[in-house]
Amino acid sequence: MTGRASNGMLAPTTPRAGEPLLSRVERVRRREGRVRTEHVTLAHGGGGKAMRDLIDDVILGELGQRDHGELEDQARTPLEELSSRGDRLAFTTDSYVVTPLFFPGGDIGRLAVNGTVNDLAVSGAIPLHLSLGLILEEGLPIDDLRRVMRSVRAAAEIARVRIVTGDTKVVARGAADKLFINTSGVGVMRRGISPSIRGACPGDYVITNGFIGDHGAAILAARGELALETTVESDTRALGGLIGELVGACEVHAMRDATRGGLATVLNELALGSDVHVYVDERAVPVRDEVRGMCELLGLDPLYLANEGNVVFVVAEDSVTRAMELLRAHPHGAGAAVLGRVSASPEGMVTLRTQLGGERVLDMLVGDQLPRIC
Amino acid sequence: MKFVDEFRDPTHAAALVREIGERVATLGRSPSRPLKIMEVCGGHTHSIFKYGIEQMLPPSIELVHGPGCPVCVLPVGRVDDAVKIAETPGVLFATYGDAIRVPGSRGSLLDAKAKGADVRTVYSPLDSLALARKNPDKRVVFFGLGFETTAPSTALTVLEAEASGVDNYFVFSNHITILPTIKAILDAPDLSIDGFIGPGHVTMVIGVAAYGFIADTYGKPFVIAGFEPLDVLQSLAMVVEQIARGEAKIENQYRRVVREGGNAVAQDAIERVFELRPHFEWRGLGTIEHSGLTFREPYARFDAEKAFAIRTVPVADPEQCQCGDVLKGVIKPWECKVFGTACTPAVPIGACMVSSEGACAAYYQYGRVSTSARAEARRELKVVR
Repeated sequence: MTGRASNGMLAPTTPRAGEPLLSRVERVRRREGRVRTEHVTLAHGGGGKAMRDLIDDVILGELGQRDHGELEDQARTPLEELSSRGDRLAFTTDSYVVTPLFFPGGDIGRLAVNGTVNDLAVSGAIPLHLSLGLILEEGLPIDDLRRVMRSVRAAAEIARVRIVTGDTKVVARGAADKLFINTSGVGVMRRGISPSIRGACPGDYVITNGFIGDHGAAILAARGELALETTVESDTRALGGLIGELVGACEVHAMRDATRGGLATVLNELALGSDVHVYVDERAVPVRDEVRGMCELLGLDPLYLANEGNVVFVVAEDSVTRAMELLRAHPHGAGAAVLGRVSASPEGMVTLRTQLGGERVLDMLVGDQLPRIC
Repeated sequence: MKFVDEFRDPTHAAALVREIGERVATLGRSPSRPLKIMEVCGGHTHSIFKYGIEQMLPPSIELVHGPGCPVCVLPVGRVDDAVKIAETPGVLFATYGDAIRVPGSRGSLLDAKAKGADVRTVYSPLDSLALARKNPDKRVVFFGLGFETTAPSTALTVLEAEASGVDNYFVFSNHITILPTIKAILDAPDLSIDGFIGPGHVTMVIGVAAYGFIADTYGKPFVIAGFEPLDVLQSLAMVVEQIARGEAKIENQYRRVVREGGNAVAQDAIERVFELRPHFEWRGLGTIEHSGLTFREPYARFDAEKAFAIRTVPVADPEQCQCGDVLKGVIKPWECKVFGTACTPAVPIGACMVSSEGACAAYYQYGRVSTSARAEARRELKVVR
């Protein structure tokens, strides 16, 4: 029987009748740890009991992986299990530093799972295993960490990936911003499927699965600096399933998720990577009215806003009809659209037919989008 | 989206382009001797490039992108002053976003921020006043930039700061006025402009009558225009129509926003807080008399130039930079020696390459595609569903 003492320490354990002192101490030493402070402190990164408790209780506990006994320092995966599903490994890593940690439509935990899962999926791989690296700032509320871990668990279940290894560090206040997450991911690439950023050919179609700019707009509004209210939610979601369907049925030459830098950046990467011209019709680009309205107000271009659930597919001419059918029938393909087409020249360039009927270059962004004065 | 798409309708745009084309055809101009129309305001430059308007026009019309990008005409010396203020310990420096990357002689505000200066981006001067209230231990300096469009909100914010007794708030005023600038362009010996698209939002403040001299003294058509693409096209049609009829008038296309007399409240606010400097330096255009705004004596305590003992040292533009010639319309952006090579949006030498309203950045970002490539692209488009 334990109670919580006013100083946050465990209250004395009631001795069992006749139990020798040393065995009583040993029993308590092996008892499952619990974190009883409200905030992360430097002690949680010290490598001792406090850290062990944090990992057991908050991290593994919320991830639903607590009953594993003593942990190894690395994940071990039988090669047989992997090679039965494909013939190459895909390996990727990404770090997540989003502010705020929680935003409409998601949080940093969901983002950290979905982002890395999508980076694997766009290679044509089946995402399987993720690592989870956490950098915690001293003072982070334990409840926030619990909430993020629950979110990681839920997202991993939906994406059908396992968190197989991890690491936790605590840094002094100010040395990080609340919580940074790094996830690396391993997937197995399906035999015979090799989409590549170099794979776009003249005549191919450029299509996408959903509305663009939702994530960027939701984050901008959630920061609260602009006194803007909007109903837009982040589009963070795992696209492994949708991509699996597409690569199984269509000739997909290239895929990339349009995250930082937005749609415009991915289109430019395609044009440069494949040394082709990508021609896009602005009127075909799916943008929600809420996002457009916000961009109008702030002088931003939705084509450069970040997405977390949006993939640009380059498909062969023969496949475009089938691909659009599949996308439209999928829950993550609600905003599916044919954006444009690939042609031979001018090489390495994206041009946009504007809403008005004019034409212009659609280039990569130099830095951040800078709001204009007037 | 309602109240937006109506002003970007491709059918109406095509009709206006046709109308402009037919009218220009009667003027006997050619691509080698085109009709030159200047849009004074950077907002128009941005619209023209963003919607691809220039490429829709007949080749016998040339758009000259004027000096109305307040960030572009900010001289290097003033950027250095801004950086110096921002680097002062205990200062929180608030600026509009597009000024943050303008290079001074010792780097930009963004560089200063990276080195530890507290530089924040704001959307309005009121945001900077809120920062001053929230940070009473800091001296908060707002980078006051822009024409009569933004000057009223700076003035009203200063009045608000005074009324509510905020004593850690300052403004580094680089506000400028449009009329002396237009006059300087009209007085240039190499002037070759046939007509003007006038600034909509400035005129919303100062009113239509102020431009009379452009038609009366200089005989140039001047049409005050809105910023949506159909506004720009309709205004171009109106300028061309005046030229075709041999007229020179001040017309107001942007009547849904611009009143004849302007906005009296805004004019009063400017008048109350600011007075004209004897002269002010413009990048590329040199010193223009009575073209800059500074604080009147009763508001001098808000003046960052006094609080930080700023004595602007004129700094020459980098030698290779031809921003001045671009701003006056003497050369096109791509005719500059360093355009797209030494000077790019990523590593700008001149300010015209920084702001998205700057002619060089707009052209680099949106415009650099050859005519033949466009023709090929158009053919390809037909197959996109």
